[in-house]
Amino acid sequence: MELSGWGRYPRVQGTLHSPRDAAALATLVTEAPPLIARGLGRAYGDSAIGAQTVSMRHFSKMIAFDPETGQLVAEAGVSLGEVIDAFLPRGWFPSVTPGTKFVTLGGAIAADVHGKNHHCEGSFAAFTDWIDLMAPDGSITRCARDENPELFHNTLGGMGLTGIILRAAIRLRRVETGWIRQTMIPTSNLDETLEIFDETLSATYCVAWIDCLAKEEALGRSLVMTGEHAALGDLPSPATPFETPRPRAIRFPLDLPGFALNSYTVRAFNALYYRMGMRKTGEALVDWDSYFYPLDAVSDWNRLYGKRGFMQFQCALPLDAGRDGLTRLLEAITRSGAASFLAVLKRFGPQTSPVSFPMEGYTLALDFPMTARSQALMPELDRITLEHGGRFYLAKDSRMSPETLRQTDPRWDAFARMRADTGLATRFASAQSQRLGL
Amino acid sequence: MSGLVLILGARSDMARACAHRFARAGHPLVLAARNAATLEADATDLRLRYRVAVTCVEFDATDIAGLGAFLDGLAELPAVALCAVGTMGDQAQSQADPQAAATVLRTSFEGPALVLGELAQRFEARGSGAIIGISSVAGERGRASNYVYGAAKAGFTAFLSGLRNRLARTPVQVITVLPGFVATRMTEGLDLPARLTAQPDEVAEAIFRAYEKRRDIIYIRPIWRVIMGVIRALPEPVFKRTRL
Repeated sequence: MELSGWGRYPRVQGTLHSPRDAAALATLVTEAPPLIARGLGRAYGDSAIGAQTVSMRHFSKMIAFDPETGQLVAEAGVSLGEVIDAFLPRGWFPSVTPGTKFVTLGGAIAADVHGKNHHCEGSFAAFTDWIDLMAPDGSITRCARDENPELFHNTLGGMGLTGIILRAAIRLRRVETGWIRQTMIPTSNLDETLEIFDETLSATYCVAWIDCLAKEEALGRSLVMTGEHAALGDLPSPATPFETPRPRAIRFPLDLPGFALNSYTVRAFNALYYRMGMRKTGEALVDWDSYFYPLDAVSDWNRLYGKRGFMQFQCALPLDAGRDGLTRLLEAITRSGAASFLAVLKRFGPQTSPVSFPMEGYTLALDFPMTARSQALMPELDRITLEHGGRFYLAKDSRMSPETLRQTDPRWDAFARMRADTGLATRFASAQSQRLGL
Repeated sequence: MSGLVLILGARSDMARACAHRFARAGHPLVLAARNAATLEADATDLRLRYRVAVTCVEFDATDIAGLGAFLDGLAELPAVALCAVGTMGDQAQSQADPQAAATVLRTSFEGPALVLGELAQRFEARGSGAIIGISSVAGERGRASNYVYGAAKAGFTAFLSGLRNRLARTPVQVITVLPGFVATRMTEGLDLPARLTAQPDEVAEAIFRAYEKRRDIIYIRPIWRVIMGVIRALPEPVFKRTRL
């Protein structure tokens, strides 16, 4: 069957297996390699597709929860949304969450996802206690900081290439309510945006939506949004702190024709969004779902970009090169006229794990429809990132060249050698790992 | 307080989805199947997610003599009993081997009907209860491709219909579920048309709604009502020549 990631590009022909237990999975690992595991398919490109793809949907049980420490043990196919459904009413929330709740634990670990709190609390790795992996011989290996530590650290961010993640122990955070106190700060250019980032470093959550079509003196104008988990006392009705409005499921009904998203409609959207945000300046109470997962409200929103699909460009830039690098990237984007709706800028904190994406500095993420114009822009953005010492997020990547990866992120050389030496390379591979020579 | 739900044949994908749906609404559960110990992981998952009591009990639908004792052995007579027991078997094998056919008839008709019959006695005596039988559209008309299974399900559907008729003047509720294609272990590897194929969660949601609204007979996807209407209406001289 035809398989693709969330961006619906590229599409590859592959077999999708859905084993029901570890024994069936072990048979696949030893008899049908190389394999790549797949969760809910939210990686944008080809990270979780390949000739032999394994859906982890039957590995979706919760196994144990310790209400003293907040440690949850669950199988890899359990999603963060399910974790929230089960544990928010008891006062627990994922310690790190990406922009969608439709991500499995296995996927979150494989991509070592980050959230709006990376600048102060780190990535998913920081709250992962141990991982059970299926090894190349079909056996199960436990890895943790004090048990097979090298395997543990390489698995966090290792894109599923160190074995199949079967189950894991993660730590949830205590919350008093299901609400976030959000502060919206509009800025009029990039300098101001970065200044606000510095001033709000102590905020638990901080992210900026950046108007990437604003030019010249308005280049980099943004809406910076900080957030804190609301305490009981912050709520107008503290009797039901975890009851939040459940958005009605809206499904994006069709593939929009390719011309629907062009620089005019996107510019209009961006201008409108910015003005509306300006009006909401200041503090507001926002429910967890709208705050963390605004796009989840529309299922299949990827159809917005039509059948040809879209790609996401996401890079991280080191702190000292951030201002210059971001300016050059934004100038290149406005010059090209390539349209991006969703442009997100965030401050990253330090990160030590061997192959995780974040680095202390900034990250910029942009969606582009799969058009000739945006494809022509990518090499330029790659070059600017490289010149400023930045690197790329494999969970978003669908088109990078192996040379670009090697130049921007030499850490993957050691990773690829480790895979070759330990027999992982012959058992586990994705379309992406083959494209990038991992 | 939501009533106890007994799920017979709890290992099937539809039963599992139903367990989640009822537990989400706060119903405590008894999961019944053969090798009940292997259901413990499911039970743990359900307890963790929904904070309801879940127990696992050994149950063999083909042990007719033991059905009464099985029900008497439960800690409590359930408020709702859902039966998802059944085997499709292999039609060619069922044609060639009466033993194979007998297994299909016993597990898809005899066992499910008789255990629900026993439950009906107890529900009627108590004056409350809901019986949910998962039958099949395969029972609506015998087709060459699976008439042994179809015959078993036709029997089960008729049994549920009779039970409902008998209990209509009592508070006891009887629901017949007629799923079309469902993406389960039973249909794994079959090439099913996506538009006609329901997910187990969809079945569970429909069953839960039918229970709340006290419905009698439900299809899962509305299109199946139409399809089966047409199939039932075909005159036999035409129908017998079809390959469905």
